[in-house]
Amino acid sequence: MASANNSGSTTAGSIAVREAGAPDELAGPGTGRMVSQPADARQVAVASYDVADFPVPNGREEDWRFTPLDRLRGLHDGTFGNVGEAAVEVEAPAGVVVETVGRDDARVGKAGAPVDRVAAQAYSAFEKATVVTFPKELAPGEPVVVRTRGTGTTGFGHLTVSVEAFAEAVVVLEHTGKAVYADNVEFLVADGARLTVISVQDWEDGSVHLAHQVARLGRDATFKSVAVTLGGDVVRLFPRVVYDAPGGDASLYGVYFADSGQHLEHRLFVDHDVPRCRSLVTYKGALQGAEARTVWIGDVLIRAAAEGTDTYELNRNLLLTDGARADSVPNLEIETGEIAGAGHASATGRFDDEQLFYLQARGIPADEARRLVVRGFFAEVIAQIGLPELQERLMARIEAELEASV
Amino acid sequence: MATLEIRDLHVSVEAENGPREILRGVDLTVKQGETHAIMGPNGSGKSTLAYSIAGHPKYTVTGGTVTLDGEDVLSMSVDERARAGLFLAMQYPVEVAGVSVSNFLRTAATAVRGEAPKLRLWVKEVKEAMERLQMDPSFAERNVNEGFSGGEKKRHEILQLELLKPKIAVLDETDSGLDVDALRIVSEGVNRVRDTGEIGTLLITHYTRILRYIKPDHVHVFAGGKIVESGGPELADKLEAEGYEAYTGVKETA
Repeated sequence: MASANNSGSTTAGSIAVREAGAPDELAGPGTGRMVSQPADARQVAVASYDVADFPVPNGREEDWRFTPLDRLRGLHDGTFGNVGEAAVEVEAPAGVVVETVGRDDARVGKAGAPVDRVAAQAYSAFEKATVVTFPKELAPGEPVVVRTRGTGTTGFGHLTVSVEAFAEAVVVLEHTGKAVYADNVEFLVADGARLTVISVQDWEDGSVHLAHQVARLGRDATFKSVAVTLGGDVVRLFPRVVYDAPGGDASLYGVYFADSGQHLEHRLFVDHDVPRCRSLVTYKGALQGAEARTVWIGDVLIRAAAEGTDTYELNRNLLLTDGARADSVPNLEIETGEIAGAGHASATGRFDDEQLFYLQARGIPADEARRLVVRGFFAEVIAQIGLPELQERLMARIEAELEASV
Repeated sequence: MATLEIRDLHVSVEAENGPREILRGVDLTVKQGETHAIMGPNGSGKSTLAYSIAGHPKYTVTGGTVTLDGEDVLSMSVDERARAGLFLAMQYPVEVAGVSVSNFLRTAATAVRGEAPKLRLWVKEVKEAMERLQMDPSFAERNVNEGFSGGEKKRHEILQLELLKPKIAVLDETDSGLDVDALRIVSEGVNRVRDTGEIGTLLITHYTRILRYIKPDHVHVFAGGKIVESGGPELADKLEAEGYEAYTGVKETA
């Protein structure tokens, strides 16, 4: 087992190892387990489809303590108004089945029950769900693009992406426009299937978006997600991975860029409770401007049954100006000694002066040198997308963000 | 003809108990076409001289002047100095994650030359320069200095020297950490640039080994933060035989 934790001033981390053979007292939310089972202390104690099962958060709860509740426009306490529908548009290659279904459709909610009040609110309130199905062994080669465009109202959404056995899928989720929006997204990745998801949060100013994205992996399934969060007043993304059978492989990547006044939060939970699965988490963020705020929480739980687990998570934050604040909290909880590897690393810092000196000593002006460094910082993650046109568009967006400061 | 003139240069660094003076009145003139070797024991301040010329923010100039063709170098930013024609080959080149060598070189060349080099010519120019330094073409796609061996880092520095064609190059312990093969390849690279006659070279080194490959016109002994003796190539031979003891009172080979 290898682990590293280079703590920055706003970084905290923990690795807890439970003795092998200790009773399995941890049952996580979103795993399909019953509400009455005790849950992991780091997670909320409830998993339910009904918003009424959750008390209104007051900000002291572990999973809400970083979130500015007063800026959620009532998504968390039912006081939201101006309800309307966000426009959802799906572009899909031949062979992919796209349906709009009612909430009683059997495929909706299969990935697990919501684990916090806003997710349950979204589940309780959505009218129509979008279901995208990649039939067995289909490999269309082209991505499905799901465009969610805010129209200035409060909206609730539900999307289920089902990738059947041995199908290979790429799905791009684009979030634009202005909205107060809460949604649940389910990724059902069947045995031997492969799914890559790129979720771009590029809302207009004044938008609020709280999303839960749960992936449920079958035997030998491969899941890769790349979260790109750039625009919005408050964006809180909660990606989760659960495994149904051995051999599942999840890679969770993310980049975020917070300007002054933005609160961008990513909370990940990877729940290893079957043997021989893998998870790799890599999130990188940059912050600029007073009151720029990011939160990254990486919870990885390796249960007693999950022998042979291999996991590593990394979060890096680049503070471009004074006044910004990045919170980074990796948590690794291990209940079995029989693992292949487990570790985490977190670091938050400023520009490396030696890098800037080196580039400037080659004639490159300071502002351009900073751009090169930031571009390089994000390039590794953006390259994971695998769609050149989208990669270029996102790098251009990131550089446009940078122009504001340097 | 380009001339770097250093007059009575005093430089301090911030230490725990206040500023500490490292350079104590350096005088040196390096002209285009000349090669000067600065030789000194560890801690004599010779690397501080290199970094002060390049403008590293860690060093504070407290007195004296540095001019390039009469222009005040000390009032220039780090990148302005490079664009004015100064180059520092670093002893410890810095890693820049996510930035490819090819992107870095082209960005630097564009900055120094004032316009982007024509792509086709540029690709050829880089390819040929890399071949001369026996660098594999795949090198261009690697991230700057990331995972480079000691020899690869130094070759990469000399590659930049060849491509950026400065007026005055300061080579800071370019020989350190090189095996004989790498030293020969790197020295040949430096000599190719010197043979153009268009560059003044300031070679900073602890050991005389590199001077067998790169022949200096002038040799200066650096001790206690300044030049204490100057001469021709024969001074290096003397240092090789006697070490630095005569200058520092401490037995140390050169």
